[in-house]
Amino acid sequence: MYTVPLPRIGTDIAWRDAAKRLIGAGVSPDEVLWNFDTEMDTLFATATPLPPISRRIKAPQSFVEMANWVVWHKDPQRFARLYALLWRLRHQPGLMQDRADPDLAKLRQMEKGVHRCKHKMKAFVRFRDLRQGGERRSFAAWFEPTHHTIEPTAPFFARRFADMDWMIATPDVTAQFVDGNLSFHPGQPKPDLPEDATEALWGTYFCNIFNPARLKVSAMTSEMPKKYWKNLPEAQHIQGLIAGAEAKVQEMRDTAPTVPPERAAKIQRQLRGDPSTED
Amino acid sequence: MARLDLSQKLAILSDAARYDASCASSGTTRRDSRDGKGLGSTEGSGICHAYAPDGRCISLLKILMTNFCIYDCAYCINRVSSNVQRARFSVDEVVQLTIEFYRRNYIEGLFLSSGIIQSPDKTMEDMLRIAKRLREVENFRGYIHLKTIPDAAPELIEQAGLYADRLSINVELPTDNSVKAYAPEKNPATIRRAMGDVKARKDIAAERSFSGKRGKRFVPAGQSTQMIVGADGSTDATILAQSTQLYGDYKLKRVYYSAFSPIPDATAKLPLIKPPLAREHRLYQADWLLRFYGFGVDEITAARPDGNLDLEVDPKLAWALQNRALFPVDVNKASKDMLLRIPGFGTRTVGRILSTRRHRSLRYDDLLRMGASLKKAQAFITAHDWSPGGLTDSADLRARFAPPPEQMSLF
Ligand code: SF4
Repeated sequence: MYTVPLPRIGTDIAWRDAAKRLIGAGVSPDEVLWNFDTEMDTLFATATPLPPISRRIKAPQSFVEMANWVVWHKDPQRFARLYALLWRLRHQPGLMQDRADPDLAKLRQMEKGVHRCKHKMKAFVRFRDLRQGGERRSFAAWFEPTHHTIEPTAPFFARRFADMDWMIATPDVTAQFVDGNLSFHPGQPKPDLPEDATEALWGTYFCNIFNPARLKVSAMTSEMPKKYWKNLPEAQHIQGLIAGAEAKVQEMRDTAPTVPPERAAKIQRQLRGDPSTED
Repeated sequence: MARLDLSQKLAILSDAARYDASCASSGTTRRDSRDGKGLGSTEGSGICHAYAPDGRCISLLKILMTNFCIYDCAYCINRVSSNVQRARFSVDEVVQLTIEFYRRNYIEGLFLSSGIIQSPDKTMEDMLRIAKRLREVENFRGYIHLKTIPDAAPELIEQAGLYADRLSINVELPTDNSVKAYAPEKNPATIRRAMGDVKARKDIAAERSFSGKRGKRFVPAGQSTQMIVGADGSTDATILAQSTQLYGDYKLKRVYYSAFSPIPDATAKLPLIKPPLAREHRLYQADWLLRFYGFGVDEITAARPDGNLDLEVDPKLAWALQNRALFPVDVNKASKDMLLRIPGFGTRTVGRILSTRRHRSLRYDDLLRMGASLKKAQAFITAHDWSPGGLTDSADLRARFAPPPEQMSLF
């Protein structure tokens, strides 16, 4: 029996390394216990050293790519499921093309979950200005992802916000970007971030870009589920917008057409090139 | 008039911009700022940073530079004859809002349009100053969408294409006659000419010269347009025929359909109807079928004699119900073209079917796992362990999909 400890930071590399050694030595899936961030009772964690890298086993590229996503899923079974599929792939090389295989379908579904989580993180992280002065501006955000997604997503923020320093804190892992260098640190409780006046402007925009005549709350919540609202500054306006929508539309309907402002006629005459209106 | 502060201007000028349906930020060149000398990135697919309670994606800061306008388009809140409060952003204000929103990860970039002030050229020049400042002074590498002013000089539109990822010009209404009736100062021919210019310029930029170098990048995310649905009497067949022509003639990336929606201070010329959201939705579905599923306009609009789409069932299902003789289709043998016509099968499902059936014969449950919607598809397919029997031709098949008629109540 092998117990494989997997760290919270760098999980992907650690899993791949262990899987390579185990599969190379022909260790079957039921002989391996995967222990993420020592979640398991250490009683069972007999530290059998992993086998050395002996022969290299080929795995399809599509498996490697999928595994690189699935390792960040929150399901404790993810590592075992991945290894079990890798085990089957030794004798079923076409397995990755079988889009209906239940084991693969489950992993693809987990992959999709991580993708979605990554996508939502890119969308819903909200930075606050730390107003620290100095050459580079600095910003910080608090985010609560569904899966362990900060590590694979942080490079996106590094590509986008390269001319400023930033930090994204999550309960799990904190990503920091300082002077162009990205690093990861243990997670933390929600930090106290300073107020940022720009959030009020963003709220103004959110309220006014909304069209009350098209109220469709379910379409909003399916893409922006409520679990994210508490960290979105604009979400505080949602209830009010929904409650007031009907009245706003009614008001538009009830208002009788007004008389055009005086300048309208003048501008229109000029547009038509009527010379008698030049003043 | 009291001076407006930034927040008041933002309220007025985003309120005025919300009738433009597009908020897309996808499909442009890949850029980033890893060199540390600029701000922003674009990576293929756009990001919706928020959703408003109308269910629409908020990806860009979508604002008007000003809502002063000398034109009098009946459907528009900004028309000269409306009493809406007017405001105007300075160049600096738009630039700062864009950059500060972007740094906080609220947006992918800017979608700037404008009412027409003084003259089309003057308006376009002011918009260009904003785009230029963002690109050249702020080194902004995020997404910029400019709504071009159709009557502006071609050189100005050409310059806009060098700064912007996308340009759009709205055709506004489905027929030339409707444009004449409701947007008297606009000229459909000029709008088409401007679209043609952009397309020609983009074609040149894509060609390689003798030295093998490409021209300067020009609107990499292409051009789009918008049509208002439900303000005039055009049928869906007319609208979709117009879209097909626009996609073909100007290689548009998207045609947006915008359900005519009540505006404050409306004109007496247009009734304040409830926005026809269901119709708008069906038009988008039909548009999709035309572009990615190999359907023709005639096929899609043939189901009903009045030239409009069926509001109760989606256009693909409506077509299948009309053409039952072609079904059921064997998912293990059918051609790709035919698989794409099965209700409940998307392009992705079809791709998965094609790759998996090379190895083995597909069963009902396999299709489920591939993401097919079998509630819709089951009447139209056969699989290894599935045959719909009499379902395909049963008289009540349509009723299974169409929503039940609304309960009547006494009042
Ligand atoms: S040109 Fe017409 S559609 Fe455009 S802002 Fe002016 S009135 Fe509105």
